[in-house]
Amino acid sequence: MLNGLIGRKLGMTQMTDATGRVRAVTVISLGPCAISQIKTAATDGYEAVQVTWGRRRPSRITKAARGHFQKAEVAPGVATREFARRGEGDLKLGQMVTAAEVFKPGDLVDITGVSKGRGYAGVIRRHHFKGFPNSRGTHEYFRHGGSIGNRSFPGRVRKGLRMAGQLGNETATVQNLELLEILADDQAIAVAGGVPGPDGGIVIVRHASRRPVIEAAANG
Amino acid sequence: MNSVIQKLEERSLRNDLPEFRVGDTVRLQVKVVEGEKERLQPFEGIVIKINRGGSRATFTVRKVSYGIGVERIFPLHSPRIEKIQVLSRGRVRRARLYYLRSRSGKAARVETIG
Repeated sequence: MLNGLIGRKLGMTQMTDATGRVRAVTVISLGPCAISQIKTAATDGYEAVQVTWGRRRPSRITKAARGHFQKAEVAPGVATREFARRGEGDLKLGQMVTAAEVFKPGDLVDITGVSKGRGYAGVIRRHHFKGFPNSRGTHEYFRHGGSIGNRSFPGRVRKGLRMAGQLGNETATVQNLELLEILADDQAIAVAGGVPGPDGGIVIVRHASRRPVIEAAANG
Repeated sequence: MNSVIQKLEERSLRNDLPEFRVGDTVRLQVKVVEGEKERLQPFEGIVIKINRGGSRATFTVRKVSYGIGVERIFPLHSPRIEKIQVLSRGRVRRARLYYLRSRSGKAARVETIG
């Protein structure tokens, strides 16, 4: 089977677990995705499966892309991504893969999306700097980052120094979210916790790439 | 709201609970888990706030226990609430009875109706 699927964030709500505890939940419309290309070590140098999700008018995509989807006899989608294979199972070109085939409740998943753009942000908002005191003589220097270096030695600003700049609107991944439920009727899933990006944003859901820190420590 | 989310939320709605309003005195039977066992714990007090919101609705109950004000916020549709009994209806003129916090004794009562 596939290691993940493409979907769309629908929004957040609450659910109660078996003990009656309220949990914050993100609902994601996930799959079905059509397999548009199967890459093999022989032809491409590595193993992967390319899938496409959603529907897009053929007139809206390039001729090259149209030909590519034509070859697999798959309708072009809104988003197309590659996933690694996971476990056994035959995959055919044009096959539709649903969330229930890839995941099961209780799985830990990593979710990738494009975070909400916050524009050009200062260092307090962007890097959680503390800023300066509101009194005791601070003069027109409340939300600044402070010093950015020394003097003629080294005579330059260190690379990677945190400063103001674009915040958000970048690819972000949250790891190890618990998949609480698969809503097969609606082709959707519910995961515990928040997911990057706005409601309606495209997200990639994959099986967790690493174990949670606490569990890893317990098992050595 | 998205229809999938709406469906999900409607699933957890409870319609077996009586209606009550801010100012009412209620007695709840709340399920508490102690170790392995589950038992019912009563909680009785005045409803001082109702936060509407479909399946996410909550309400706050205030009581004075051994001279100390105790407020608990319950999710209205929580499966942990076994039962809600409305003991008396109150006549109040606002939606949030925060003013009860600064009062004690006889002044902290709510006029009852019916």
